[in-house]
Amino acid sequence: MTVEKMSVGNRIDPATKLKIMNIELPQWRAFMIVAGLALAVILPFIVEGFSVFQLTQVMVYAIAVLGLNLLTGFNGQFSLGHSAFYALGAYTTAIMIDQYEITYYWTIIPAGIICFVGGFLFGLPALRLDGLYLALATFALAVATPQLLRYEHFEGFTGGVQGLDVFKPDSPVEFLNADQWLYFFVLFSGILLIIGAWNLVRGRTGRAMIAIRDNPIAARSMGINTAAYKSLTFGVSGFYTGIAGALGAIVAEFVAPDSFTFFLSVWFLVGMVVGGLASIPAAIMGGFFIVYGQNFSEEVVINLFGDDPSKKALIWVFYGAILIFTVYVVPNGVAGLVRRWVARFAR
Amino acid sequence: MKLHQITLASAAVLALGISGAMAANAPGVTDTEITIGNTNPYSGPASSYSVYGKAIGACWNWVNDNGGINGRKIKWISYDDGYSPPKTKEQIRKLVERDKVAFTFQTLGTPTNSAVHKYMNKKKVPHLFLATGATKWGQPNKYPWTMGWQPNYQTVGAIFGNYILDNTPNAKVAILNQNDDYGKDYVIGMQKAMGDKFDKMVVKRETYETSDPTVDSQIVSLANSGADVFVNISIPKFAAQAIKKMAAIGWKPLHLLNDVSAAIAATYVPAGVENSKGIISVDFYKDPNDPEWANDPETLAWRKWMAEYQPRGDLKNKMNSYAWAVCHTMIAVLKQAGDDLSRENIMKQAANLNQVKVPMLLPGMVVDTSPTDFYPLEQMQMMKFDGERNVRFGPLISAETE
Repeated sequence: MTVEKMSVGNRIDPATKLKIMNIELPQWRAFMIVAGLALAVILPFIVEGFSVFQLTQVMVYAIAVLGLNLLTGFNGQFSLGHSAFYALGAYTTAIMIDQYEITYYWTIIPAGIICFVGGFLFGLPALRLDGLYLALATFALAVATPQLLRYEHFEGFTGGVQGLDVFKPDSPVEFLNADQWLYFFVLFSGILLIIGAWNLVRGRTGRAMIAIRDNPIAARSMGINTAAYKSLTFGVSGFYTGIAGALGAIVAEFVAPDSFTFFLSVWFLVGMVVGGLASIPAAIMGGFFIVYGQNFSEEVVINLFGDDPSKKALIWVFYGAILIFTVYVVPNGVAGLVRRWVARFAR
Repeated sequence: MKLHQITLASAAVLALGISGAMAANAPGVTDTEITIGNTNPYSGPASSYSVYGKAIGACWNWVNDNGGINGRKIKWISYDDGYSPPKTKEQIRKLVERDKVAFTFQTLGTPTNSAVHKYMNKKKVPHLFLATGATKWGQPNKYPWTMGWQPNYQTVGAIFGNYILDNTPNAKVAILNQNDDYGKDYVIGMQKAMGDKFDKMVVKRETYETSDPTVDSQIVSLANSGADVFVNISIPKFAAQAIKKMAAIGWKPLHLLNDVSAAIAATYVPAGVENSKGIISVDFYKDPNDPEWANDPETLAWRKWMAEYQPRGDLKNKMNSYAWAVCHTMIAVLKQAGDDLSRENIMKQAANLNQVKVPMLLPGMVVDTSPTDFYPLEQMQMMKFDGERNVRFGPLISAETE
């Protein structure tokens, strides 16, 4: 279960000036980013409310997957416990809105900071754990979280099993409805976070993170403070996931312990692997897969076998088949596939 | 008038005409069809409840094969939410906004329905007969579009409270309850029924979490309190553990067990039939396995439906008779609504069920609602396990919650 084998692969050195269809690769990238942004801005005006809501969810999950990817993809630490950070962020926002009547946009950063601290503190003891043992420790975190949220003595804050209602913001501008406003709010947060992650992994810090992933002993001998970087990465990862949780709570308008079971961690993991490890755009793909993977399976099963509730079990069979197919055919995720195509067609 | 003005004017008239027609009926209602939405866990930790979604689907198939309701067939769209509230939110929005269902029916679970409680009321979509016994589904003033169905947990708690006051007024009471809204609602019901006597009579109260491995230590501590009445509010797994442990340590109080666990196959058999003798509980619908109903016409009709529409369904599973009863409640509402299938009227009819008889409920039980009473079922009957079956005794008890 080593990360380096699953990741990177055919990365192209930008200095080689390779071209596809006579256009240089950096220009392709710029074009893709502009086109993606344009699409992201136009989409909420051409699809109906429910799809806008789904796309908002895609971005929320994309941010969470990005957080996990910073930890696993770039730094080589496993986590099955990111549902806990997501829950921490979501509850921070919900409690601030519900109990202290703070406006929703002021709750996002505090939720992130609390999760940063939480992630950092968890990252410290996690330094002693590697690979499977770390996975197990974080798993414990994911399993314990819903129980803690139910705990009787926290009920005044957490609302216990009943959960908390979160006030959904109305659109402050006239030409956007509430769904569209929330979409742009999340999109804006997502873009800021992506730029942040981009700067982080391309710089000195990112090189240190990747060096630790690829060979911790070599990294240490080069003077990298592995302990500090590893726990800081845990913190940053928690920050991203916590913000995703905060946004997710606002989008869903509700938090309850049952929203943050261990399964949520698995969805993040699935999104990350399907999107591709150690890639930032891959997180967006991961978000899409988390939201639409299940829905797509549901549609296919309904179309093939009709609307009979007794056929519902097949949805997960089909979903499993997609996953196995993905792992075999595109082992580095969607991002890996794109890289492979680029490597093949670039001249 | 210029040409484009004429076009515009006629378009406006046309649009008015269309919207006028739309106002009469809810989305999802045509001359031949009514679309009903549902969310139910078909996967995940609560997937044993998938029986409900399947059985109700089979009930609609039966309705459609018998000519539908007022000539309209039912289109039943039931999505899997895996018992996860955010997923419920997504699926419900999909049902309302994309599939354009007329209303939702029997959406399952307390946390899951909580996630869409506000949404449904904001959208003014009937959110009918939820498959959960929480008390909060009956607030016509605050949430006029949401209504539960089964007797709520507080009602059952109140029935137990009254039973204790009437039969064992000098008892020392011990309570075990699951530590969540389900468990607490029962206790609240008991408190309401017993008033200030609750604090005097209850000598010990213990709780458990669904994640606990056993409730052995709780039972020992309750037994040591010297209580002679034991109110057991737990799901089957823990109820069986409690019964076993009580037998092992020789604690023999009057045992009042909540209806959730009063099932022979799920609780009494694993706990030991001999140990379970004498346990008192309540119920509101017929257990088709009970020999008392062997020749009951309603049960026979139910068996016929099961054989034809759910040939592989489990006849021992009481969820299937629950589904039949709740489905007939919905049929009654739609029949009563006639051809005015606007959302307003569907909700209005749901809130005006006057002593409606529904198959598979206990004899004498009726569904009854009013614009101020959003609790359709508020009666139950006590029963005692005699080692073979639950023998009902006493009259139907009603405990109106407000």
